[in-house]
Amino acid sequence: MPLLVVIPLAGGFLMPLVDRLTGRRRSAAAFPILLTAAVLVLSVWLLLAADEPLTYWVGGWDFPIGISMVADGLSRLMVVVVATVSLMALVFSIDYMARFTSPGLYYTLFLLMVAGMNGVVLSGDLFNMYVFIEVACIASYALVAFGTESDELEASFKYLVLGTVASTFLLVGIALVYNVTGHLNWAKVGEVIQSAGEPTLPLYVAAAFFLMGFGLKAAMVPFHAWLPDAHPSAPAPISAMLSGVLIKAAGVYTLARLVFSVFDGDPALGWILVTLGVLSMVVGVLMAVGQWDFKRLLAYHSISQMGYVMLAFGAAAVMQARDLSPTVVGLAVFGGLFHLANHAVFKSLLFLCSGSVEYATGTRQLKELGGIGGRMPVTGACLRVAALSISGVPPLNGFWSKLIIVLALVLGGFYVLAAVTVFVSFMTLLSFAKVQRYVLGGEPSEHVAAAREVPAAMCLASVLLAVLCFASSLMAVETMRTVRGRVLTPASEAVTAGAAAGRQGRLITVERERPATPRQPEDVDATAPGGRDSHRERRKHLAAGLGRRVRTSDTETRRAPANGTVGPETHRAGLAAVHGEEAP
Amino acid sequence: MTLAMVPFMLTFLLLVAGLYAIVAKRNLIKVIVGILVLNCGANVMLVLTGYRDPPAGEAPVAPILTGGAAQADELARTAVDPLPQALILTSIVIGLSVTALVVSLGVRLYEKYGTFDTNRMRNLKG
Repeated sequence: MPLLVVIPLAGGFLMPLVDRLTGRRRSAAAFPILLTAAVLVLSVWLLLAADEPLTYWVGGWDFPIGISMVADGLSRLMVVVVATVSLMALVFSIDYMARFTSPGLYYTLFLLMVAGMNGVVLSGDLFNMYVFIEVACIASYALVAFGTESDELEASFKYLVLGTVASTFLLVGIALVYNVTGHLNWAKVGEVIQSAGEPTLPLYVAAAFFLMGFGLKAAMVPFHAWLPDAHPSAPAPISAMLSGVLIKAAGVYTLARLVFSVFDGDPALGWILVTLGVLSMVVGVLMAVGQWDFKRLLAYHSISQMGYVMLAFGAAAVMQARDLSPTVVGLAVFGGLFHLANHAVFKSLLFLCSGSVEYATGTRQLKELGGIGGRMPVTGACLRVAALSISGVPPLNGFWSKLIIVLALVLGGFYVLAAVTVFVSFMTLLSFAKVQRYVLGGEPSEHVAAAREVPAAMCLASVLLAVLCFASSLMAVETMRTVRGRVLTPASEAVTAGAAAGRQGRLITVERERPATPRQPEDVDATAPGGRDSHRERRKHLAAGLGRRVRTSDTETRRAPANGTVGPETHRAGLAAVHGEEAP
Repeated sequence: MTLAMVPFMLTFLLLVAGLYAIVAKRNLIKVIVGILVLNCGANVMLVLTGYRDPPAGEAPVAPILTGGAAQADELARTAVDPLPQALILTSIVIGLSVTALVVSLGVRLYEKYGTFDTNRMRNLKG
C-alpha cells in the first residue's frame, strides 16, 4: 500500500534525470506512463485482494507514535479512480504536450500530484492528509500556470491564493480538533468526539473551519470562484485531472470522511452539505448554460455535478439522524459514490475531447467550431458518449448514478430536493445539446475545415474512457452484481460504517488494541445487502416501466418469494414503511 | 473570558488581518503578505494548542525525555506538548514552498503587465 504513494513520489524526483538521459525526446513520456500503470495495477490488486480495511504503520511504529496509512473500501475506490484517470491523461499528454516547452517538468509535477492524491485518500490521520493535500495542490498550482501566458498566470494566482486560504483554514481546524481531542488519527478523533456526546463549541468552530477549507478545495458554490478560471487555463490533460479527481480527492472525499467518520453524520453538518450541494448544482448549471467557451462550460458543470455528490452525502447524514432505515441511507451514499466515480470518468473524457478539439482547430469558442463530428470521427463519437453520459441519458453511467440519487431522495422523503435534482439534470442535457449542436453538428467552419483527426495516442485515451463510460454503467446492471458488490458497496459501507455504532471502517486501526470489541455489528451488515435488494427492486420496477427486460441473476431467483411482488405495490409499500418510521 | 483565552483571541485577530489583506487589497504584493500573515496565524494557533501551564511554583519544562521511560508519564503531565511543534516545522516548510511559488507567479505577472495592481488585470478583478 505505501508503494502507491512512493512510486509516483520517487518517480517525480527521478523524472528530470530521465528527461535528461533521454535527451528530452518524447520517449521520456514512457517513464511516467509505466509508473502510473504500475500504480493502477497495484490499486486494482488492492481493491480485489482483501475485504478487511488494511492498515500500514509508517516505519513500523505502532499506535500512539506511528503514522498510519489506512485503505478501507472508500480509499480503495478513490485510489483506483485516481490511477485510471491519471493513466489516461498521461497517454493523452504524449502528443498534446509536444507543443509546450520542457514536458519533463510537466511530468514531474504530474507525478507529484498523483502522489499527493494517493496520499490524501490513504492517510489515516488529519495532519498527514493536510500535507498530502498541499503536495497535490502545489503541484496543481504550478500545472495551471504551465502555459505561462497572462491568462494562465492570473488563473493560477487566483487558484493559489484561494487554495492557500483553504489550507490555512484546514490547519486551524486541525489545531482546534487536536486541542479538544488530543489525537490526530481519524479513528481516534472520531471515537473521542462520539463518546463525548454532544459536540462542544470549539468543535463546531473547527467544523466550520473544515467546511470552509474543504468547501474551497471542492469548489462548492459560495467558494467556487477559482474553478472556472483555473480548470480551463490548464493544459487539457491537467484540466481532466483537476476536474476529474483533484477536487474529489482534496475536497469531496475528505469532507465525506470528516462528516461521517469524525462527526458521526451530525444532522446539522448534513443540512449544510445539502445546502452547499443544492446551491452548487443549481448555480453551476445555470452558469454553464450561458458559457460559450468550451472548457469553461465544462468547468461549471464540474461544480454542478459535485453538487450531486454533496447532496447525496448530506441527505444520507440527515436521513441517518432521522433514523430512517439503513437501506435508504446506504442507497444515498452508494448513489453519491457511484456518481463520484462516474463523474471522474466522463468529465475527464469531456476535457480530453475538448483538448483534442483545441489541438486540431486551435480554438475552444463554441461559435467558431462546428462539424467536428465529420472531420474528427473518433473524437466526435467520444464527445457524444461523454455528453450523453453527463446529461444522464440511459443506458450510460451518468443515468444510473443520478437515478440512484433521486430514488434515495424520494425514499427519504426529500421530494423537493429530488425535483431539483431532476431539474438540474434536465438543464445539463440542455447545455450539452448546445455543445452537440455547435461542436459536432453544422457545417465545418473555417477553423475546422483544416482540422484532422488527432494522433493515435490521444484517440486511444479518449476511446478507453468512453468504453469505461459504458462499462461502469454495466456495473449498475444485474449481470455485474459481483463487480459492484466488490467495488462500490465496500466503499459506501465504509462511509456509513464510520458513523454506525460499531464503526468498522477506520476504527480497525484502534481496535487492534481492544480485541474485545466486536468488529461486525449487525447494523453494518444490514446496510449493504438491504441497500442492494431495495434498489434492485426499484430498478426492476423502473426498467419494466421503460419496457426493457432485466436479467434475473441467480441470487435473485433464490430470493424469488421475497421479490415475487415487485412492482408498484412494493414501491408504495417501501414508501409507506419509510413514512411509517418517520411518523411517530 | 479568562486570561488564558487572550492569546487565542489575538491569534484570531491575526487570521482575520491576513484574510482582510487577501480579500480587500488590490496590490499583488499586499495579497502575498496577507497569505504570509494568515499562515503565521495558523502556526501560532498550533503552538498555542501544545502549551501547558507548568505546575504552580515550578519552572516550565522542555519536552526532552532524560530520565527514561519511568519519567515519561510525569513529563507528559508537566512539559509542553512536542507534537504541535513537530507539525509546525512541516507547516512552515509547506508555507515556504507556497511563498516561493506565489512570489514567482507575481514576478511573471509583473513582467506581463508592468504593474502589481490587480485592477489592471483582466481576470483578477472581483
